[in-house]
Amino acid sequence: MRQEKGNQSSPNFSGNSLIILYDNIRWEEKALYEAAKKKGVNVENLDCKNFVANLNDKKSKYRGQVVMQRSVSYFKNVHSTAALEGLGARVINPLHAAILCGNKMYAHMMLEKAGIRTPKAVAAFSGEGALAALEEFGYPAVIKPTVGSWGRLIALLRDKEAARAVIEDREHMFPLYQVYYFEEFVERPPRDIRAIVVGNKVVAAIYRYSGEGEWKTNMALGGHAEACPVTRDLEDICIQAANALGGQIVGVDLMESKRDGLMVHEVNNTTEFKNTVRVTGVDIPGLMLDYALGQGK
Amino acid sequence: MVVKCPECDAEVKIPSDSIEGEIVTCPDCGASYELVKSADGFGIKPAQVVGEDWGQ
Repeated sequence: MRQEKGNQSSPNFSGNSLIILYDNIRWEEKALYEAAKKKGVNVENLDCKNFVANLNDKKSKYRGQVVMQRSVSYFKNVHSTAALEGLGARVINPLHAAILCGNKMYAHMMLEKAGIRTPKAVAAFSGEGALAALEEFGYPAVIKPTVGSWGRLIALLRDKEAARAVIEDREHMFPLYQVYYFEEFVERPPRDIRAIVVGNKVVAAIYRYSGEGEWKTNMALGGHAEACPVTRDLEDICIQAANALGGQIVGVDLMESKRDGLMVHEVNNTTEFKNTVRVTGVDIPGLMLDYALGQGK
Repeated sequence: MVVKCPECDAEVKIPSDSIEGEIVTCPDCGASYELVKSADGFGIKPAQVVGEDWGQ
């Protein structure tokens, strides 16, 4: 744990103090920390590994505190958010957003319910059920783990043989992988869009292009980024998606379907924004901080 | 500040604006380390850089 004091010295959390909860200090967390120091905010970096919560503490030091949740582990993120909210902290993003955004199936259902365009999907709960579901759903289909990211364990299934092989592997994995979630393979340009929502605004967006020989557009897989104009259509669908999942500061991932236009395929509650800052020059950490501190007042 | 990589003994530079918890990577072997506070600045310990449920 590390604490730095800025220009103002209020020991109470009076709207000018912030905790950044993290698993790793990546570019994003450091940028938030530097931005907070520059703005004279009392900022504390709290390593989730060192976070201990007395869950019955009525006078917790976290009561009323604003916490920027940056834990990159889904399970630690959700559980530490639950603990902090229970103790009276204002966590960005809140617990229900963390739960919904972190699970592709939950997120799909909320987007669908809110009438937001998202890839068609089907779920099954056994290997046999999954193969039967795909017969009806059709190929190609994309299999995604309900929890997970950076493009891992996502596969494009072009036919039944490919599906059978992947499903057989999954039958021997942790039970979560026997919850089968398939999305349609959306015909689109070789790119997707990452839009950063802060409050009720899209503050910046980028196109993310697939890397060489790769159909997925994750930057972690070697893609590259370019600035994307924030149109009214883009902003509308992003704000609707953020609201549907209860997110306050989120990264919305969209595809440009040749058939259906813009559609949301993911909402990230601990969004990365390094490439968006690099490409657009927008001060995303500063905007995030302003929003977060506004929540504490 | 410079520390020795425990894996390959190469020199790992720690920039002056580093903060505790930040990840540094050995330029020779690619091992990742987390910065921890020490009496004379920073020490390093092996870092977890990916987990099954990690990402965004």
